[in-house]
Amino acid sequence: MPALASDMLNKEKSLDRQREDQIARRLILNIAKNLDKQAFSTLFDLQAPRLKSFMMRRGASPEQAEDLVQEAMISVWTKAGLYNPDKGSVLTWVFTIAKNLRIDRIRKEASMPLTELIDYDAPSDELGNDEMLMRRQESQQVARALTEIPSEQKQVLMLSFVEDMPQMEIARRLGLPLGTVKSRMRLAYIRLRKTLESPN
Amino acid sequence: MNIDHHLDAATIIAYTAGTLDEAFSFVAASHLSWCPTCRETARQAALIGGEFLGELEGTKISEGCRNQTLSMIDTATLHRFPNSPPARGEVPNPLARLLGGVALADLKWKRKAPGLALFDLPLSAASHGRLFLMRIAPGKAMPEHGHGGEEITLILSGAYNDKFGRFAKGDVADLDEDVEHQPIVEKDFACVCLVATEAPTRFKSWPARLIQPLIGI
Repeated sequence: MPALASDMLNKEKSLDRQREDQIARRLILNIAKNLDKQAFSTLFDLQAPRLKSFMMRRGASPEQAEDLVQEAMISVWTKAGLYNPDKGSVLTWVFTIAKNLRIDRIRKEASMPLTELIDYDAPSDELGNDEMLMRRQESQQVARALTEIPSEQKQVLMLSFVEDMPQMEIARRLGLPLGTVKSRMRLAYIRLRKTLESPN
Repeated sequence: MNIDHHLDAATIIAYTAGTLDEAFSFVAASHLSWCPTCRETARQAALIGGEFLGELEGTKISEGCRNQTLSMIDTATLHRFPNSPPARGEVPNPLARLLGGVALADLKWKRKAPGLALFDLPLSAASHGRLFLMRIAPGKAMPEHGHGGEEITLILSGAYNDKFGRFAKGDVADLDEDVEHQPIVEKDFACVCLVATEAPTRFKSWPARLIQPLIGI
């Protein structure tokens, strides 16, 4: 496919997701305010299938994946009031819930005290209107940054965020020194930050 | 609090992806609770996770799973905002919870060498790291050492200096495994740190290496 066509396709996809995120934000708000079950079932149909793929990519069987999806989506219901739209897209929030669920499971299996690493009691930093507007468009910029970084950098991010691999395991898998894995992550982050800070 | 030394972006990425070992995650979460700069980095890094999730093609959910989930929300208990422990500021909130409100001075410190005391913190069996508090006496120099593994140190009180600068309350030393350094604690106060390591710290000089098994770090 010529570069231009694929660029346009990517752009369209990310616009679709931006629209989807706007819908998801409204649904979450409705759940938080009105305990709206209809909103929840719509949100479930929107996000559960992806979440299932995500769990399966991390090595869960289809049955295990559905168990995890169920648990994650119930957390979405019970924690809807904690979703802070200024912090990121609904999918980002759902990703964090799914990740924390997995961490909790590992610790429970080890029957050790939970340390609640997740809620580092982040106070929401006050935002101006411009900043708020910028953040609504962030998912598009993240998508752009991820297509712009070299594939070797995207690969370490994929292995980390999707395949759930620690840095050391990524190094082993790719036959690279640990330092190289880390520097690829750093470079990818620098690009992401630049893209987020200079929209368009 | 004026924080000059931050977490490595690669550490924050691993933390947000959920792949950082428990000991390191704990120190990272503690620093984050004090550091707005790193909180913003973590927020931005989490967007990557959301983006990857969004890129995935969905897999069909069985009717059973869907129906069960929709019926379970009827009985699910809504999450309440947690009551934050009183922010006394001596230690970051994750550590305050772990210590159950006991002050640093009241812990049962284990003396490991003159001027050096440790207090081990519990981790789940799944962790490959080690998490502990370290108290070093005023004016004390640590032997020059490399780490033979990764290490993250968060300063809770007092201050030390090494070739990377001055490290005081809130600063974090997130060092690569090949780094060698020799922290020297400032002379007025003891320095208390929260430390995560993955491997026993290896001191460089022969005598120091000999006593390492004795002092246990």
